[in-house]
Amino acid sequence: MDGVHDMGGKARYFGPLPTIDPDEPAFHAEWEGKAFALALLANRVSGANLHAFRHAIERVPEPEYLSGYYERWLASAEILLLDSGILAPGAVAARAENLRGGRVEEPAVPEPHKPTMPSGGGGNLRAVEEAPAFAVGDAVTARTSVPSTHDRLPSYARGRTGTVTAVQPAQVLPDTAAHFVGENPQHVYAVEFAAQELWGEDAEAFTLTLDLYESYLEKA
Amino acid sequence: MTEVEDTVDPTIPPALRAEALESLLLERGLIDTKTIETFIRTYETAVGPMNGAKVVAKAWTDPEYKQQLLADGTAAIATLGFKGPQGEHMVVLENTADVHHVVVCTLCSCYPWPVLGLPPSWYKDPAYRARVVKEPRAVLAEWGTELGPDVEVRVLDSSSEVRYLVLPERPAGTESMSEEELAALVTRDAMVGVTKVQAP
Repeated sequence: MDGVHDMGGKARYFGPLPTIDPDEPAFHAEWEGKAFALALLANRVSGANLHAFRHAIERVPEPEYLSGYYERWLASAEILLLDSGILAPGAVAARAENLRGGRVEEPAVPEPHKPTMPSGGGGNLRAVEEAPAFAVGDAVTARTSVPSTHDRLPSYARGRTGTVTAVQPAQVLPDTAAHFVGENPQHVYAVEFAAQELWGEDAEAFTLTLDLYESYLEKA
Repeated sequence: MTEVEDTVDPTIPPALRAEALESLLLERGLIDTKTIETFIRTYETAVGPMNGAKVVAKAWTDPEYKQQLLADGTAAIATLGFKGPQGEHMVVLENTADVHHVVVCTLCSCYPWPVLGLPPSWYKDPAYRARVVKEPRAVLAEWGTELGPDVEVRVLDSSSEVRYLVLPERPAGTESMSEEELAALVTRDAMVGVTKVQAP
């Protein structure tokens, strides 16, 4: 899907790179560590999964998404908790107000409605009985259609043709798992694209590899 | 699904927002303080780039291990005790004088947690995510990594659950160093492929 998260090649994000601090700590402030832990726990408490979590991050409004990594993690934790009816809309804002000395009424605890999607086990690697549709060396083209739901095909690769360089382990399909409609595991392929195919004749000389789910691809 | 207008007022400072969320979940017994502390402490102290540095130093000094690492990254890394979330399927890419790999996640910030810990700011920065898939040589040069035109550049965009670790080139002049001394030279940034490991 289109959105702020799909940053690859987007001119509006081009700008100077930040300085690298080789000793940068995991968290820069106490709240960042807390946001990290709360997001992982919110995912668990709300009955979500990794893909639903990523999709929640993609749904964070753009200014907030761009305000920082743990800011968007915190927002996505709230989105998952609202989605699943663990928290009522406005509950966090009201509590925040009361924590800083306000006296506002907090909304009642809602009736939870957690998603129920059968899982084929822990993690995201799965066995798929059908043989892979593509083999190493095959030329494949990425789909051009743009779903309005979660997917993992960056916009810069839509409609581009590359070569399969490896068949990766089959995995849960993020497109359906993110929306709790099923794991639908698929074969995944490392697909190598020439820079010129992606960016035109004047591109720098390099290759780019994406790991793409079978349904994103067709034989070129 | 939740409409974005339903989410909390972003003018609340994030520290207060985190505290509010934490108190709401704690008072209902949905989470506990000990688990929160364990998560934080794990990624502050036990899981970080020092793990990946051990993998790299071992590969530099043990040819058999290096072969195993390049053939089956997940298994070879697990023999050193490093596995877990965001490391389900590890692929190790060897940088040489002729080939240079660099890793990004343009759609979010996927990163191999068991070997590198949580991603640093530059990896999550919009400029890095946007630029490295379009002008990797310019990005690397901006960070002081000049690659000649004869060096093949390969960019990996982490779009599935495969996670990549770059095995940097061992710097010249380190022949007499021990595995432990070598591990101390290996930086997080070189294991993503944006810099090279420098001799002391």
